[in-house]
Amino acid sequence: MKRLILNISLSLICLCAYAQEKTSPFPSVDIKSVEGRIVNTDQFENDGKPIVVSFWATWCKPCAKELDAITEVYDDWQDETGVKVIAISIDDSRNSAKVSPYANGKDWPFEIYLDPNGDLKRALNVNAIPHTFLLNANKEIVWQHTSYFDGDEEELFEEILKL
Amino acid sequence: MKKILLSLLFCTGATYAQSIQNGSLHGNFQSNSQVYYEDANMGIAADDLPDESFLTNSFANLIYTADNFSAGIRYEAYQNALLGFDKRYNGEGITYRFVQFKKDGLDVTVGDFYEQFGSGMILRAYEERNLGYDNAFEGVRLKYSPVKGIYLKSLVGKQRLYFDKAEGIVRGIDGEFSINEIFENMTDSKTQIYIGASFVSKFQKDLDPIYNLPENVGSWASRLSVNHGKWNFGAEYVHKYNDPSATNNFIFKEGQALLVNASYSRRGLGFSLAAKRIDNMSSNSDRNLKGQEVSVNYLPALTKQHAYTLATIYPYGTIANGEMGLQAELNYKVKKGSKLGGKYGMGLLVNFSNVYGINKEQIDENTPIDATGTLGYNSDFFKVGDEKYFQEFSIELSRKINRKLKLIGTYINTHYNSERIVGYEYHGMIKANILIFETQYKIKSKHSIRTEIQHLSTKEHEGNWAMGLVEYTISPHYFFAIQNLYNYGNKTNKVHYPNVSAGYTKGTTRFALGYGKQRQGIFCVGGVCREVPKSNGISLSITTSF
Repeated sequence: MKRLILNISLSLICLCAYAQEKTSPFPSVDIKSVEGRIVNTDQFENDGKPIVVSFWATWCKPCAKELDAITEVYDDWQDETGVKVIAISIDDSRNSAKVSPYANGKDWPFEIYLDPNGDLKRALNVNAIPHTFLLNANKEIVWQHTSYFDGDEEELFEEILKL
Repeated sequence: MKKILLSLLFCTGATYAQSIQNGSLHGNFQSNSQVYYEDANMGIAADDLPDESFLTNSFANLIYTADNFSAGIRYEAYQNALLGFDKRYNGEGITYRFVQFKKDGLDVTVGDFYEQFGSGMILRAYEERNLGYDNAFEGVRLKYSPVKGIYLKSLVGKQRLYFDKAEGIVRGIDGEFSINEIFENMTDSKTQIYIGASFVSKFQKDLDPIYNLPENVGSWASRLSVNHGKWNFGAEYVHKYNDPSATNNFIFKEGQALLVNASYSRRGLGFSLAAKRIDNMSSNSDRNLKGQEVSVNYLPALTKQHAYTLATIYPYGTIANGEMGLQAELNYKVKKGSKLGGKYGMGLLVNFSNVYGINKEQIDENTPIDATGTLGYNSDFFKVGDEKYFQEFSIELSRKINRKLKLIGTYINTHYNSERIVGYEYHGMIKANILIFETQYKIKSKHSIRTEIQHLSTKEHEGNWAMGLVEYTISPHYFFAIQNLYNYGNKTNKVHYPNVSAGYTKGTTRFALGYGKQRQGIFCVGGVCREVPKSNGISLSITTSF
């Protein structure tokens, strides 16, 4: 019995140790490009510069607000930090064909991908959108945030500057 | 003996976990609670109130990932389920558990999983936790990619039915081929071609005393997607063999679905066009269930998905027994510096959609359409039915006036065949005009105020509605909102739906507290959107993830 307790505690300790790590790896999941190509998230690349991954959908107003706000300051952000924004739409087949025209119509300068059945959303434990992740040079998650209020992009930029 | 075995199990568990350096544990948690009060105006009498007075839905997911291995569970507790959720959710337990690993290109999942083939019209298992929808498979799924550009999937499983499983067993295979990746000489071609095909079969024992029902029902699908620079084209066709069910009144007709999309887009401009035809395409893994809780497939509604409150009063949902529809959407950004665009440019979004019934003719003089045990009806594939189910035109203009102020104006015209879509007996075709005006104003750094004024006018159903909303946000933590909906055009019952709410967000953790009345619909406030049932009371929502 003692051994059992010891082993359970050991397992728990190691699980806790993992959970307390400040960074965590970005999961490897198949999603789709807007052209229809299957792309694995391992292929996200920005030459060692930070990456922002933002979940959105065509029916989500606060998501569009967040991406509009980042669009306005994107040139400055890129000049200063080289950051790349990847916007992942969780629209299902009701809207997935409209995602690229929508993003283009909004004049968003981001890389857009589709997660039509929520596989990546689930792997990242996203409850509701908008939900934004910041990845460091090793593509580890260093910061994340849910929902969007006007001005939240400033907090995100402060986090990018820390990298 | 048991102790030793357990000990061994944990021993290996601990050693295993320790031998994997990159392992990580992640999860999320959500809890929605509500205290209910009666409200005669809203049709909530004391008798309609839940005996518990307080209801709560919660869940937590945990996923452990290490290299090519991952495993996860979800615990759900409905004590008892919130109003609007099916009572069969009442209870608690582990509803989702899986182990997944990848070895030599083979990806194996055992346990519960979600899956979609193509657009989902042949097979889709998915979850909408806040709507109480979850038709996950429990069984086995294999994915294999023998060479770059070829993706094969196969699965066998039973679908979740609340805390139970549906009777039928579903088997499916799917292949997707990215032609440009398979053939090296096409890698750099400007035209990219993707093709795919699926076969799905479901099995359920036939216990019907009268009819000889098919125990194995097959369906197949093929799809094509072509991308050429700024142009995109996609199509999928599904054919289902005869599948008598409670939904189609036990007719032996075969089913068909066709979905076609085309779009053109470049920076600043996007245009898309879609068409579909659905004929007898409901597919449940229990033929006796009329609802959609164990749908094997997903039939997307080709209509705009709205977020403004009054625009969600008359939402369309696909009629699986037969419909034909079109949708066109234009997104355009008027350039900065032009007369119309002003200093910041102006956004324009125009959407048009319509849905009609399909052509249905009697199979012979003596057999009425949809008669049980017959072939149901004959239908000309290209002929549109006489009855209109839905039509909508909407236009939205958004313009930033200066660094502080942004204005958004929306007009929507809806035709809603309430008898067909929701089974209202007396309201027929509801025609509504909706006007919405939104302002977003930045008071100072991190402080913003947002207002919405909405109006819906209709002569049918519940008559006119008006709505106002004021929302104040302080980035990155706080929001406060107050709103009122007023059904002032209702001849018998002019109801106000006032609501106040406040919330606190830090990182991925969010608390939201609300008090007031809510009508049914998609509710978007404080930075997120979710669907809520009608209610009167105090609600508390807590979400977090790590």
